[in-house]
Amino acid sequence: MSVAGEKTSAEYIQHHLTHLQVCKDESGAWVWNECSGNFFAVNVDSMAVAILLAIFLGWLFRRVAVKASVRTPGRLQSFVELVVDFVDGSVRNTFQGHNRLIAPLALTIVTWVFMMNLMDLIPVDFLPYAFESTGVAEYLRVVPTADVNVTFGMSLSVFALILFYSFRVKGAGGFFGELTMSPLNPKTLGVPVVLWPLVMIFNLVLESVALLAKPLSLALRLFGNMYAGELMFILIALIGLYQLPLHFGWAVFHILIITLQAYIFMMLTIVYLSQAHEHH
Amino acid sequence: MDINLTLIGQAIAMAVFVWFCMKYVWPPLLGIIEERRTTIADGLAAADKGARSLEDAQVRITAIVEEARGQARSILDQAQTRANGIVDEARAGATQERERILQSAQADIDQQINRARDELRAQVAAITVAGAEKILAREIDPRAHQDLLDKLAAQI
Repeated sequence: MSVAGEKTSAEYIQHHLTHLQVCKDESGAWVWNECSGNFFAVNVDSMAVAILLAIFLGWLFRRVAVKASVRTPGRLQSFVELVVDFVDGSVRNTFQGHNRLIAPLALTIVTWVFMMNLMDLIPVDFLPYAFESTGVAEYLRVVPTADVNVTFGMSLSVFALILFYSFRVKGAGGFFGELTMSPLNPKTLGVPVVLWPLVMIFNLVLESVALLAKPLSLALRLFGNMYAGELMFILIALIGLYQLPLHFGWAVFHILIITLQAYIFMMLTIVYLSQAHEHH
Repeated sequence: MDINLTLIGQAIAMAVFVWFCMKYVWPPLLGIIEERRTTIADGLAAADKGARSLEDAQVRITAIVEEARGQARSILDQAQTRANGIVDEARAGATQERERILQSAQADIDQQINRARDELRAQVAAITVAGAEKILAREIDPRAHQDLLDKLAAQI
């Protein structure tokens, strides 16, 4: 199923790792796939797959929610309820406060990230080859979570929520205090008052790094795992007929990564938002 | 691997999806789950209650059966006693009746004997008188010796 016949291996890999992009060039005309370095480009493949999956999940959940029955749940309803109950349990165990947003947010993240990761199990050449040979699109990457923009889009949204709830729950002073008065509390440290700003600046640097590491690690962990998984599939696809057992082995192993990464993203989101709600 | 507008696009898509889930998916599904949870809890409680009332009913049934058995036994006893009484009464009546019949038969027999004896006595007296008449021929006046003849007859 390899199309590497006409291309060198490097070209094959390069082709598989290139997004279908659209942007405006200097003259204001829309151009495809000539957007390197342009911030106002859009990765059409990532966005299209992500949005299609979101619509699919939204449609599925809504259908189940509308048709749901208390006494005689169907198989699909039972499955969706299992997921919802699992997410609800995770949120209840971790998040002690009261917030109507967090549970649906966690459900969205875990299901959506799972579905986007799952695209990795579609054989790497199926969709790109189909789209390229029919002339619809020259490039196509079907795993949105292997696109760093997508993972940062989600992790920065979570970061915005962390900041929003930190300010709302703790107030600006409380949040600033949390950033500057820990881990070294100048009051209990026994240093003269003159030196307090020094300690506070030290704390602020440490805590800022810790705070900024949250969205960064959230995005890069998911991106790294999925990008590496995708790359492995591409490399395996290069070796010809012997790829089949290898591909199977890696796919089975990848099921674990797909699920685990979706779960980790959800759990860390809950934990971070839970920390944002904690009042000291 | 450039950072570009996709990031913001994804953020917007995520916001919309989260909003959708929050408004149209989460509340109804969780409502269903909660409702089922209470339904199951109620059902289990009702089942417990049913089991307990069954136990109560079992106890009551045992008591009623026991009582009925006792009543039946006492009725049987009474009937037995009554039957024995009737048999005894009947036996006593029959014995009395036999005694009475026996007595009256005895009395009849005595009467018969007396009557026979009286007749026999009269006939013996008459035969004696006739014999004596034959022996004495007309010598003896029956009227003059009546008291003697009566004495004789009484001695027989």
